[in-house]
Amino acid sequence: MSTITLASKRRRSGLAAKQRKQALRTIAFMSPWLIGFSVFFAYPLASTVYFSFMHYDGFKPPTWSGTQNWTYVFEHYPFFWPALRNTLWLVMVMVSLRVAFGLGVGLLITKIKTGTGIFRTLFYLPYLAPPVAATMAFAFLLNPGTGPVNSVLEKVGLPAPGWFNDPAWSKPALTLLALWGIGDLMVIFMAALLDVPQEQYEAAELDGASAWQRFRYVTLPNISPIVMFAVVTGVIQTMQYYTQPLVAGKVASGVIQGAGTQFEPGYPDKSTLTIPQLVYNLGFQRFDYGSACVVALVLFALSMMFTAFLMRRRGGLIQAGD
Amino acid sequence: MTQVLDTPVELRAPVSPADRTARRRALLEWVAVHALGVAAALFFVLPFVFVFLTSLMSDSQALSRDLTPNTWEWGNYQKVFDTPGFLTWWRNTLLYAGLGTVLTVVSSLPVAYALAKFRFRGRNLSLMLVISMMMLPPQVVIIPMYLFWAKQLGLSGTLWPLIIPMAFGDAFSIFLLRQFLMTVPNEYLDAAKVDGCGELRTLLKVVLPMAKPGIAAVALFQFFYAWNDYFGPQIYASENPGAWTLSYGLESFKGAHHTDWNLTMAATVLVMAPVILVFFFAQKAFVEGVTLTGVKG
Repeated sequence: MSTITLASKRRRSGLAAKQRKQALRTIAFMSPWLIGFSVFFAYPLASTVYFSFMHYDGFKPPTWSGTQNWTYVFEHYPFFWPALRNTLWLVMVMVSLRVAFGLGVGLLITKIKTGTGIFRTLFYLPYLAPPVAATMAFAFLLNPGTGPVNSVLEKVGLPAPGWFNDPAWSKPALTLLALWGIGDLMVIFMAALLDVPQEQYEAAELDGASAWQRFRYVTLPNISPIVMFAVVTGVIQTMQYYTQPLVAGKVASGVIQGAGTQFEPGYPDKSTLTIPQLVYNLGFQRFDYGSACVVALVLFALSMMFTAFLMRRRGGLIQAGD
Repeated sequence: MTQVLDTPVELRAPVSPADRTARRRALLEWVAVHALGVAAALFFVLPFVFVFLTSLMSDSQALSRDLTPNTWEWGNYQKVFDTPGFLTWWRNTLLYAGLGTVLTVVSSLPVAYALAKFRFRGRNLSLMLVISMMMLPPQVVIIPMYLFWAKQLGLSGTLWPLIIPMAFGDAFSIFLLRQFLMTVPNEYLDAAKVDGCGELRTLLKVVLPMAKPGIAAVALFQFFYAWNDYFGPQIYASENPGAWTLSYGLESFKGAHHTDWNLTMAATVLVMAPVILVFFFAQKAFVEGVTLTGVKG
């Protein structure tokens, strides 16, 4: 009897030791991220909430200001609502056009039988252009004075818009830039389209389905999760849209960049303002850290809302892995 | 439709009228599809062409509406290299991209391995937090981060506030590597353990060689991220042109050279070219990464 209990006791303590060792091992492997998560995410996020209730300009010590920053941003800050309206425009127009165009180009590339590799590479290349460089390129191509696009448009007898210099045309110009860099969606849609079971097309064809009917009743249902994924990630990316509108506005307005340069964001006439630009404007141009944190939290809430939606919708994105 | 074209002609039965219409339709479709393909290719390629052509124009011609250069001014590229600061921006970009990439891979791999292969409480929660961080714009926590790096550590005017965090795991890289490591069969790991390897040795001797394509994809994405980053250098390095990167400095060309689109476009070409060259050498790893995560690329 006693030897048996001793053995099981030893086995149990051995098990506990093993579990402890495994826990330590897990912590050791996870440690870079555990530190990164705490120091570069959790702690600054908590401070962002804290500063959103403080008046702080970076020089005088922060003082409690209650909800003043919040009312300032929502009621008096002249850039907040224009930025939100622009974001809504971009979500409605840019995201949907990008998804439609990405699907179209993806379909086209699956139909191309000769020189597929070359076409695919050419279609993909613009996506690789660094955002600042691509925006500079489009600022040149679309500049109303000497830009090649307007030269061609005028030669053909079409109206030549002001693009990045016209508040009505700056967002369409950004949309054009976004459509140029369609490579990411093209690859995703291409993979999805090739996964659609061939038998379903054959069956539809036997039933006498037209090309449109085959697309509508075979292709679309099969790839709808990917379309959803493209829409939601598109919305999340739009919330974070920063470099292109900022650089386009700065280049078109002719502001010279340098140390401590001041520029009015959103040129022309607030039409290229996006939410992340407000954080920069409030924090690093107006030195109103408290209000900048309010906008940061709005950005956080919006991003998280759509990310949660993404994780719920697409179970495939985060499988437990057992 | 196009399958008709793929079957060898000589194997087909004598051509019936129905077959002939089918073949004609297939041919028509081939022509339509490839015409559309060429049109799309022009849309994607012409911007590059016009940028390149303008970069070779003389100063006076760059102010005109001409589409092609009269004289090919290759010296424009020399002028860009001679611009004060340009070589420094190259060096800074390579430091940020190179060191950042190495740090990211080294710090993210063990985390991804743990998330893919260890069983522990809080694993799914950790994974969800990783994905949330991945989707989060850097602007959300930038105010406290800036105060931390600039006011407390006095590191503004350098790129260190952007490089150091990469030693602590990058959410996107962790996620991509984890997705990749999920595809490594457990049998290999078990076999290594039977041979007496600890987890670290298993990771280094067994998993690392198998994960090379995933690591290549992560390294590429991280390199491109650093190369393209505009917001980071804008926040931390703007006050010191000696710490600017190419992506950040590029914009100043338009200012410094006023309306000289030719030099601005030459600089633009020089910022685009390395990325595109790297892509051609590593195309496979790249596409693999995009399809693996379906997130960004």
